[in-house]
Amino acid sequence: MALRRPNPLFRNLAAKAAAVPMILATLVVFLGGTIWTVVHSFTNSRLLPRFNWVGFDQYDRLWESTRWIVSIQNLMIYGSLSLVFSVGIGLLLAILMDQKIRYEDTFRTIMLYPFALSFIVTGLVWQWILNPDFGIQSIVRGLGWESFTFNPLHDPQLVLYGLLIAGLWQGTGFVMCLMLAGLRGIDEDIWKASRVDGIPAWKTYLLIVLPMMRPVFITTLVIVAAGIIKLYDLVVAQTSGGPGNASQVPAMYVYDYMFQAQNLGQGFAASTMMLLSVLIVLIPWAYLEFGGRKHG
Amino acid sequence: MKPFKLATALVASVTLPAAAFATELDVTHWWTSGGEAAAVAEMATAFDASGNKWVDAAIAGGGSTARPIIVSRILGGDPMGAFQFNHGRQAEELIEAGLLRDITAVAEAEGWKDLINPPSLLDACTLDGKIYCAPVNIHSWQWLWLSNAAFEKAGVPVPANWEDYVASAPKLREAGILPLALGGQAWQSAGLFNVLMATIAGPDVLAKIYGEGDAELAAGEDMARVFVAAASARDMSRGSNIQDWNLATNMVITGQAGGQIMGDWAQGEFAVANLVAGEDYTCLPGLGVRSVISTGGDAFYFPVIDDPAITAAQDVLAATLLKPETQVAFNLKKGSLPVRGDVNLEAANDCMKKGLEILAAGDTMPDVNMLNTEDTNNQLNDLFVQFFQDGSITPEAAQASFVRIVETKD
Repeated sequence: MALRRPNPLFRNLAAKAAAVPMILATLVVFLGGTIWTVVHSFTNSRLLPRFNWVGFDQYDRLWESTRWIVSIQNLMIYGSLSLVFSVGIGLLLAILMDQKIRYEDTFRTIMLYPFALSFIVTGLVWQWILNPDFGIQSIVRGLGWESFTFNPLHDPQLVLYGLLIAGLWQGTGFVMCLMLAGLRGIDEDIWKASRVDGIPAWKTYLLIVLPMMRPVFITTLVIVAAGIIKLYDLVVAQTSGGPGNASQVPAMYVYDYMFQAQNLGQGFAASTMMLLSVLIVLIPWAYLEFGGRKHG
Repeated sequence: MKPFKLATALVASVTLPAAAFATELDVTHWWTSGGEAAAVAEMATAFDASGNKWVDAAIAGGGSTARPIIVSRILGGDPMGAFQFNHGRQAEELIEAGLLRDITAVAEAEGWKDLINPPSLLDACTLDGKIYCAPVNIHSWQWLWLSNAAFEKAGVPVPANWEDYVASAPKLREAGILPLALGGQAWQSAGLFNVLMATIAGPDVLAKIYGEGDAELAAGEDMARVFVAAASARDMSRGSNIQDWNLATNMVITGQAGGQIMGDWAQGEFAVANLVAGEDYTCLPGLGVRSVISTGGDAFYFPVIDDPAITAAQDVLAATLLKPETQVAFNLKKGSLPVRGDVNLEAANDCMKKGLEILAAGDTMPDVNMLNTEDTNNQLNDLFVQFFQDGSITPEAAQASFVRIVETKD
């Protein structure tokens, strides 16, 4: 009796069986939910989802809404600044940590500690620190500098930077740890070789070590960017979108219209736009990252 | 079959030893501040006296936090026994979807139609001729609260109407007093505007614009005056670095601010601070321009639950809420007006009495919640919070945006 070749479909059967719940969850919850949401964004659903087709009406209204446009602008400003500064400062701190300093563990703990706090707590803490009557402004004035003014949370022009300070305070330590892990992953021999060649340390970092840390950068970028797009709790806790609509973000618009305004269609349209903007960033990146390698 | 019945009876006697026939009814509401909790306790006592059990399921954080939770519990198939909403259009779709009980039978047995004053309260509970909710109180928005101490400090008499108040604003500023306290939350800005609209343009204009979506009127002369008044209110409120309404009220209580436009629930704060109406603070219903109050308020709704015991308890609760004793005890603690014209509120203070007088004279108007859907209210919130916080928006530009919202409202 000739041996039959095993059907590749049934190889590793146990592993495949174990993956089924995850695959189902992805298909039903993520993909199914997404499609359902996108389809219902073309309806005039109010409190309850209804299938009453209205075409692009919800999108027309969305893009006519000042609040939505302000939200998008805010997210872009906050997002780009937050990305640049958290990665920049995180990297700088990691490099400083990497200088074989004493008490490194202590410093690392201190830097990472804010990350253990939720955005809600961070937001509330910074709301008080930046409050003109209790926080920094009142302390500096108490020291004798009477004309000192620092009131970012009540100034529509500055409120985003108030949020940014809190966001960076919370998130930079985490970026630092990722970067530090990346730095530690670089082979010690590289350093020895560069020292033998007499290359200054800054040049080694810039031209040799950082390019070798590319995977770490990508991981960091994805984590930080995802955090930015879903930014919600920090804003709710710190400014609740104010003063006026000056610190609104898209996620707040989605929540408010879906649940408070009892207008699911409008909320779905806004969340579809959020998904679209994520895809616009993600697809080219995924193509470059994964698509190129197969042919290479 | 018999042993099974016996077993159930035994189990029931074990789990419910205290009151054999008491039905537990969980009641969801968002009354969590000191005065509100005391008021709700009066309702619970009255309900427990009927032999049932009130299980309190309060949600902290106000209506905007509680409403989504309540709705998702009902949609998720785990409805509570009864819940509080502001009556009006908030529950419209839940009723249409058949999720809430028709309590017309209770209303007829108790004779609500003749008792409830003003009748518009019951109308707001009625859809297609059927009654779906039990109104419990009247809250009105149209109040201006003034700090007597602040005006004394500024050396101007306490104003008697909106124009005087606006005119005295520079004097207040000179004395280092914020003329008008306004919290940064969106609903407060929209509320303030709606009060200006109801008093300066008049309740008819408001009813036409919000009730019928009259965009021509919204773009007209009357509304232009309201927007100019809103712009002066904006100037007067510049420099209030606060979010919550009760912090704004607190500024009036301590004399840091001249006044605040806020609903009659602000009265509870003055009472807690032991201030006396007429001596320490002044209240002007209708901003002293037009004596009118809106008849918004709270109402209880009863989700459909397939259990005769609970249904019976719901009927008892609905009837209890509108009994004269419950109405008096509850509303005195809550600072709101009773929904029945035939109860005696001897213990009411000056401001509440002013409100009762206006109510008795019939100078009432529908609440904005009864005319607008939450969707429209949210759009108005977005517009006015922006307008009141950003001095660069002209009244004309704001009016144009307002007209667009009115045009598309449903």
